[in-house]
Amino acid sequence: MAMTSTSSRSTVTRTEDWMALGTGIALLAAGLSRRATSGACLAASAAPFLYRGVSGRWPDIVSRGLRADSTKAALGGSRGVHVRESIRLEKPIGEVYRFWRQLDQLPRFMFHLERVTETGDGKSHWVAKGPGDVPIEWDAEIVNEREDQLLAWQSLPGSDVVSAGSVTFSDVRQGRSTQVRVHLQYSPPAGRTGAWIATLFGREPSQTIREDLRRFKQLLEAGEIARATPGT
Amino acid sequence: MRAVCWEGKETIRVETVPDPAILNPRDAIIKVTTTAICGSDLHIYNGSIPTMHKGDVLGHEFMGEVVEVGKETTGLAVGDRVVVPFTISCGRCAFCARQLWSLCDNSNPNAWMAEALYGYSGAALFGYSHLYGGYPGGQAEYVRVPFADVGPLKVPEGLSDEQVLFLSDIFPTGYMAAENCGIQPGDTVAVWGCGPVGQFAIRSAFMLGAERVVAIERIPDRLARAAESGADTLNYMELDVLEALRDLTGGQGPDACIDAVGLEAHGTTLDAWYDRAKMKMYLATDRPHALRQAISACRKGGTVSIPGVYGGWLDKFPLGTAFAKGLTLRMGQTHMQAYMPKLLERIERGEIDPSFIITHRIALEDAPGMYRTFREKDDACLKVVMTPGAAPMTPPDRGPQTPDDQALSAS
Ligand SMILES: NC(=O)c1ccc[n+]([C@@H]2O[C@H](COP(=O)([O-])OP(=O)(O)OC[C@H]3O[C@@H](n4cnc5c(N)ncnc54)[C@H](O)[C@@H]3O)[C@@H](O)[C@H]2O)c1
Ligand SMILES: [Zn+2]
Ligand SMILES: [Zn+2]
Repeated sequence: MAMTSTSSRSTVTRTEDWMALGTGIALLAAGLSRRATSGACLAASAAPFLYRGVSGRWPDIVSRGLRADSTKAALGGSRGVHVRESIRLEKPIGEVYRFWRQLDQLPRFMFHLERVTETGDGKSHWVAKGPGDVPIEWDAEIVNEREDQLLAWQSLPGSDVVSAGSVTFSDVRQGRSTQVRVHLQYSPPAGRTGAWIATLFGREPSQTIREDLRRFKQLLEAGEIARATPGT
Repeated sequence: MRAVCWEGKETIRVETVPDPAILNPRDAIIKVTTTAICGSDLHIYNGSIPTMHKGDVLGHEFMGEVVEVGKETTGLAVGDRVVVPFTISCGRCAFCARQLWSLCDNSNPNAWMAEALYGYSGAALFGYSHLYGGYPGGQAEYVRVPFADVGPLKVPEGLSDEQVLFLSDIFPTGYMAAENCGIQPGDTVAVWGCGPVGQFAIRSAFMLGAERVVAIERIPDRLARAAESGADTLNYMELDVLEALRDLTGGQGPDACIDAVGLEAHGTTLDAWYDRAKMKMYLATDRPHALRQAISACRKGGTVSIPGVYGGWLDKFPLGTAFAKGLTLRMGQTHMQAYMPKLLERIERGEIDPSFIITHRIALEDAPGMYRTFREKDDACLKVVMTPGAAPMTPPDRGPQTPDDQALSAS
């Protein structure tokens, strides 16, 4: 639970950071416990958008179209929790990439999201279903984008919810299939907020991402998300 | 609508539940005209299948008429008469594309449960626990069929429900079990279990060129029916199966062995009592007595084909024997869509009439008592078919004694 942020920052700011991180993880936890009852529904990329609490400062790279290693910088260091998941689809890489790139389509398979609106210039506004039906909102921007290969993002300075993450796409089986890898980073919270979160949390965060990816695959391959009953 | 519901171990009730509705673009709603109870349903009845919930609708062998289709359900229209495979498959994932339909990636909404248990998830099944997707089953008046553009098989008017119903599971299952044996002309195939799956495995083994089929069972009427199909029969209560099989094959052992019994095998030898005791103490999940015997009996280099269902971590599994003899083991849920069309053709050509196994015809309302009759194998019960909407019999615990029924059991 070591916080390796710059020591120059005030304790107050730091507390705010942890609170922001806590809210995000609570959101994730809410989705996970919902999964326990419904057997399927998961709050996925809540986890991704938690970053500020991790670093205590904004990543240096905030502008679009930077060098290829900008994602590495955004996700850099060993601090926090890294979540990595991958999945394979029977679809050509172009189709898979294009689907993911339409950010407004993400809520179709990331069930905790209400909507994502692209606001231009690589920026987007995100609205998630928060605990107790209070929505949680934040802004993010794409920091790196290479067609059919890579998409990386982070939340904008001033957002309550902070995260960084990347998705990479690669050709397998002579181009008949595509492999998608997601990498997210956030840090477990500390202090009183952390203790509260820890009781709520206690599950594999990668499972959440896994369910999102599974639905993404179902949507692309089968054209629909499998469900057994009207409630799911 | 009325539906057969699981209420707990050995407790089945017919209840009024909400009608199904189209939920996804590739769905269809089927009005069920005929449905059956499967040996697999007995594993649920006995409480051997985890993740069943109170009120779950049972049944995975059914057929009927299409009454509604989703907006992307191509190739199927309202009014079509169809038989539906028990596995739910998307038809578009890497597994479906390789004809491994029962391993479909995209149909189980509870894939995470199967992954927790097995590391991976196969296809969802109708009416077969939440581990297998939690889809309501077909022992009901109506059923929702997902991916209806690649599942249901249209059946020609000339064939009756009873002739084609078993394309939904046990005929393809028995056939795949025999095909997995890689039968060569002159081969001897031994089949453990003469329930419905075993009966179709016997017929299929002959269709695929076996010279001799040896059927192993203890229920006399099931053995008799196997003999009618041309099998040599062994009652394992009366003789030593391994010795008898060696005798019949000049000391060599059968070329292939089929385990059509599954996880709840009955047995009288020491290992069977050991399994039973362990299962009672919740230390074991399966009783693989028949499977152990099949592995011991099979000739060197032979194949053991396992259509019988297993669910857990097997105890005292003789892998050393299998290794020493260089056996091939083949198993799994049936890849239904790979078999249904060609088996329908065999029925149309008159090579087989699958209705030969039916012993009981009842109203859906009479299902609860019949689960017990089928499990106990009372009243020479081998296969039960049910008609939704038909008037129930009294008393509810007895099978019907229609002239039709008597004619069949007399034959
Ligand atoms: N792989 C698949 O896709 C698939 C599909 C359908 C059914 N199944 C499975 O196939 C198995 C058989 O199904 P069924 O409908 O025929 O069931 P069933 O219960 O009617 O038949 C099983 C038979 O095995 C006999 N038996 C029990 N112990 C034996 C032993 N030690 N040696 C020889 N025979 C023994 C029983 O007397 C019974 O007649 C079940 O496990 C079922 O779940 C698998
Ligand atoms: Zn079955
Ligand atoms: Zn599939």
